[in-house]
Amino acid sequence: MKRKDNLKAWLYLLPAILFLGVFMVYPLVDVVIYSLEEGYNSASQTMSGVGIYNFQYVLRDPYFIQALKNTFILVAITVPVSTGLALLISLGLSSIKWVKDMYQTIYFLPYVTNTLAVGLVFMVLFDKTEYTDGLVNTFIKLFGGQAVDFIDGPYWAKMLVLCLYTVWIVLPFKILILTSALASVNKNYYNAARVDGTPPFRIFTRITLPMISPMLFYLIITGFIGAFKAYSDSVALFGTDLNAAGMNTIVGYVYDMIYGNSGGYPSYASAAALILFSIVITITVINLLVSRKLSIKGGDTVG
Amino acid sequence: MAEPFSDRDVKLKHKKSSKVKTVLTYVGLSVWALAVLFPFFWMIMTSFKSYEEYNAETTPSLFVHNPTLQNFIKAFTDVPLARYFLNTFIFAVVTTALMLVVIIFAAYAFARLKFRGKDILFTFFLSLMMIPTELVIITNFVTITDLGLRNTYLGLILPSVTSVFYIYLLKESFEMVPEEMYKAAKVDGTSDLKFLFRIMVPICRPTVVTIVILKVIECWNSYVWPRLITDRQEFYLVSNGIQEIRQNGFGRENIPAMMAAVVVISVPLIVVFIIFHRKIMEGVARGGTKG
Repeated sequence: MKRKDNLKAWLYLLPAILFLGVFMVYPLVDVVIYSLEEGYNSASQTMSGVGIYNFQYVLRDPYFIQALKNTFILVAITVPVSTGLALLISLGLSSIKWVKDMYQTIYFLPYVTNTLAVGLVFMVLFDKTEYTDGLVNTFIKLFGGQAVDFIDGPYWAKMLVLCLYTVWIVLPFKILILTSALASVNKNYYNAARVDGTPPFRIFTRITLPMISPMLFYLIITGFIGAFKAYSDSVALFGTDLNAAGMNTIVGYVYDMIYGNSGGYPSYASAAALILFSIVITITVINLLVSRKLSIKGGDTVG
Repeated sequence: MAEPFSDRDVKLKHKKSSKVKTVLTYVGLSVWALAVLFPFFWMIMTSFKSYEEYNAETTPSLFVHNPTLQNFIKAFTDVPLARYFLNTFIFAVVTTALMLVVIIFAAYAFARLKFRGKDILFTFFLSLMMIPTELVIITNFVTITDLGLRNTYLGLILPSVTSVFYIYLLKESFEMVPEEMYKAAKVDGTSDLKFLFRIMVPICRPTVVTIVILKVIECWNSYVWPRLITDRQEFYLVSNGIQEIRQNGFGRENIPAMMAAVVVISVPLIVVFIIFHRKIMEGVARGGTKG
């Protein structure tokens, strides 16, 4: 009976184990092997040796440096901006009653849209061609500014659009999580504070913030991870040849190394992917340490 | 000290400032709602403009003066948009169906069956959730290429028919079903398989529906893997199709036709969202992440 139960359970699990084994576990080992094989040629299945050359190559590749720089700028701007905005919007949402549900639904809309498709709309809105300055530039000129080519123009103009689009894409998730966190704060705390005549800002820092801080940290951590993996937003705005546009990201670099015009180098791709992974792990660990320290401190002052 | 009069004064002032605050809140929230809706509004308006009308506008106009359907006809005739649609539909349906079978069995084993190594295996499964796709996609690309599955539906589908996260979600839901029902079914001589599909799955339908919706959205929007694995237009999904349209479809200048294609691609998901928005938001809030 016991043995039969064992067998049955493993049979139920077989498909999952099989798929995870082939497409998750084996690739995980394989990516490390690839990254250490020097001069690997996928056509002839030969290599010249084993070592860390692939990492050295990637770290010296100007395209990778550019991608690294772009990704870090994107992370440094979009994570704080999107988290802050999401907090502001959720606080606003939770303080109103009328049209609250409608706004909540509208805010979530970007989540279900195709990143590539709506990216085209952003591209056209910001683009400046020979025929027209585009809608955004029309506004800029209306206020006495000069038209800027946001899609093929200066680096910071392009970065600005990329950041705006990224924030637009990631906000729905953050707003949703924060509004439900705010809704779950026990109303008694607020009532007690009101009876005591606590000023609103103090209520926010002493009650709201500590109560939603676990969710806030969760959003910051996943926000960092997501932003480091940025790619499709950039493709949507600047096309597939991101190196030429100077707007590539680390993930884009990995994909370009696998496939595309510069593709066919799984070893370089693996090295780059592992570098990305170690960056993400490091940042996540730092985040966790900071959040733990802050929540202990917060606990002290509140308790 | 606390005269009743001044107390009322304070209260009145408080009331006034909170009114200002409410107005400001509504203004701020409305600005963001506009920022979210504007791209949709703009793409719909542009998609009804004729090529001539659009290009005659040196200053872009927000509204259409002579609406036309020519862009939509163009979107379906000049580029194989219908084909992209069909591909995405097949991809989404088959992937979701296969994944459901795989995760239902796995979740049931973890939730109900007793076997040696269960805890270790489950911990191992959970730890796989931390693995980013970017790390495994390189080998998967090589595997699928070696199997000769590039430019096939199978190659598109296979790597995404399991999801540890959904196994976890479903297992949690299965565990809510009281143990007594399982025991009663056993006494009646119901087989595990029958119990699973006749009782467990129907009871946990809300979770199953949530998973289906989230997976379909994910499939509909997937871009990276299809781009790696297909280079023939017959197998493009909508995301790759729109990228293709952007680069060589109608020529970069025919923006209205491009916007028509964008509208056509966006509409199905928006309709699904309008119908199921409560369910979708609930599902995502339960711990979903994007993609």
